[in-house]
Amino acid sequence: MSDTWIILGATSSMARAFARKAAASGAAVLLAGRDQPDIAILAEDCRLRGARLAEALPFDARAPEGFAPLIDRLTREEGRLNAAVFVGSMPPQSAIDADPALIDGTVTDSFTGPARFLQLFAPLVEARAGGTVVGVGSVAGDRGRIGNYVYGSAKAGFHTYLSGLRNRLTRAGGHVVTVKPGFVDTSMTWGLPGMFLVASPEAVADDIWKAVTKRKNVIYTPFFWRFIMLIIRHIPEFIFKKMKI
Amino acid sequence: MTWNSTTYSGWGRALKAKGEIARPERQGALEACLSDGLLPACGMRRSYGDAALNDGGRLIDMTRLDRMLGFDPETGILEVEAGARIGDIAAAFAPRGWLPAVMPGTGLATVGGCIAQDVHGKNHHHIGSFCQHVVALRLRQAKGTVAVSPDKTPDLFRATAGGLGQTGIILSARIRLIPCKGDVMVVTERRIEDWDQHLALLDASTATYTVGWIDATATGAALGRGILEEGETGAGLVPKRVSTRRVPLDAPAFALSGPVVRAFNAAYYRRVPARGRTVVKPIADFFFPLDKIHDWNRLYGKRGFHQFQCVVPLAAAPALRQMLESVAASGLASPLAVLKRMGPGRAGFLSFPMEGYTLAVDFPNRDEARALIARLQAMTAAAGGRIYFAKDSLARGTDAAAMYPELADWRAQVAKADPGRRLATDMVRRLNLRSEA
Ligand SMILES: Cc1cc2nc3c(=O)[nH]c(=O)nc-3n(C[C@H](O)[C@H](O)[C@H](O)COP(=O)(O)OP(=O)(O)OC[C@H]3O[C@@H](n4cnc5c(N)ncnc54)[C@H](O)[C@@H]3O)c2cc1C
Repeated sequence: MSDTWIILGATSSMARAFARKAAASGAAVLLAGRDQPDIAILAEDCRLRGARLAEALPFDARAPEGFAPLIDRLTREEGRLNAAVFVGSMPPQSAIDADPALIDGTVTDSFTGPARFLQLFAPLVEARAGGTVVGVGSVAGDRGRIGNYVYGSAKAGFHTYLSGLRNRLTRAGGHVVTVKPGFVDTSMTWGLPGMFLVASPEAVADDIWKAVTKRKNVIYTPFFWRFIMLIIRHIPEFIFKKMKI
Repeated sequence: MTWNSTTYSGWGRALKAKGEIARPERQGALEACLSDGLLPACGMRRSYGDAALNDGGRLIDMTRLDRMLGFDPETGILEVEAGARIGDIAAAFAPRGWLPAVMPGTGLATVGGCIAQDVHGKNHHHIGSFCQHVVALRLRQAKGTVAVSPDKTPDLFRATAGGLGQTGIILSARIRLIPCKGDVMVVTERRIEDWDQHLALLDASTATYTVGWIDATATGAALGRGILEEGETGAGLVPKRVSTRRVPLDAPAFALSGPVVRAFNAAYYRRVPARGRTVVKPIADFFFPLDKIHDWNRLYGKRGFHQFQCVVPLAAAPALRQMLESVAASGLASPLAVLKRMGPGRAGFLSFPMEGYTLAVDFPNRDEARALIARLQAMTAAAGGRIYFAKDSLARGTDAAAMYPELADWRAQVAKADPGRRLATDMVRRLNLRSEA
């Protein structure tokens, strides 16, 4: 079966690692994001790693008028269509406190932009009776914390959206994987204090790829974050509200 | 954040530096890091000493600029960003019948690091050094990006090949891949009983890839005993996948103490039956045996370790034997010791290789070991040989000048390439490489 993956937010290091996995499997990869020259470089890299086809396409979560052309491009590929969403933005909470208007952009990048794209994508999965959506959320979406609760709430919204989408696409033979990474060694976390148990983007991509093949619903990556978040979610609110973690 | 303020080291972990490191993921981000001027670059910091350290200053980590930019199946020429790792290239291309012409003993080394040290592989005696297969490269200098190639800019090329990053940041390179039969290795392993047999077998070997493991703890009649490995690429056989393991903690000091190493080496030697054997392995297991154990440098504990590597001319083999005698008598060596025959191939003013024999031995970072390495360096110089910058963390400026006769040519080119002296690293300062001391 010939697979096609559209990868949104393709310049992120996690997306790069995932695109390479898809490429090595021989899939077609449509790499979408804002920095076109950079994505063109990744496209050639994916071709050389075995992608049946690799193309750079423009995608900006804040410019929904660009979504329909992507869907048109996807429909020109035969076989199973899949989407992986790696977009999101995390301004420091202090910047948001100073300028609440930043909330709109954060929510658009991390939740509503990708969700609007996936609303257009879902009918393709239904029409072809198969295909997988990978949505990358965050452990930050599991509980609101003082340090990044706007980003966290956007991701929480995205998690809930993905769960509903899974409910919908399962009926048509499609599948949705929700990915909740812990700390990953990306440009977003580079040099941040307080990082521990940091995973490489390649390890995360391996986990995601396995979750896709095994049709997992919700994964934490690395896996132990499932237990860390289990504990964090179960701290009673009257204690949690006084904690600084 | 762009700048990560951190303490870091080379692979040997004996020398440390403090400073800020940026790790750009896109070419645009790299340019932004250089807005205040040029900075030295590093790859995976698999050099043992301080070649990739800049204490008190800033450093650019190139490992995320690691994409393949183009491949021409007619010529086998691959264009890659400097941060691409040799093992990744091998894994992607070997199934399609291509391998990097030269691969060092770790697949984690980047193309930029391989150029800046002009590295050699197990086929050096046939095919030469890494940079002899570099067709062109792009260098970021203070004023912008320049194209460098052995035919159009021969002097700048020779200063860049093995040039420790002092002519500019290597952005990308066009390297020649060589055809291979597939992604497995057919390896013949033979016991070698002593020093004379070791050299004789290395001299006589006609295999494409040859390397000798040497038991650097064996003395007397067994001095120089080891295992000769000869490899050819193969196809069609499916070996099992390798899983990587990690050394989670710094090991205690006794882990590599004399008795432990002697016992390990004896067992390792007997692992190969007396009549020899032929085994089939994944290519990575043959070329990069240690990469299977992540962070194995932690086995030496938190003080770290040193590798001594020298090459001496063929005629100086007796001097090399004396060095091995000192090593074996000291009881300080670790199990990691290698003897290889080198051909004459080298591409730069400061390239390590010369026709002869090269010996590499690891030592824990202790006073006695440092004193022994100083003696070995002196013996190397006296034998007309040289030590390898990729491994060194103990030599002094005067040693280097005597061993690298083309140092003056290199200095002249580097003075032109980096007049602002922005690219100096800890090693360059320690060995006084850039100034006429
Ligand atoms: C287990 C092991 C086995 C090894 N086996 C071999 C072997 O068989 N043969 C051999 O020759 N070597 C061998 N080496 C040494 C290794 O190949 C070299 O040290 C190589 O340079 C490491 O590459 P790196 O990417 O880690 O470079 P680094 O160590 O990070 O940097 C090395 C030098 O290159 C410069 N540099 C790196 N990238 C750039 C860039 N983009 N632009 C400009 N300058 C740059 C740095 O400033 C530094 O001077 C081995 C090392 C290990 C750990």
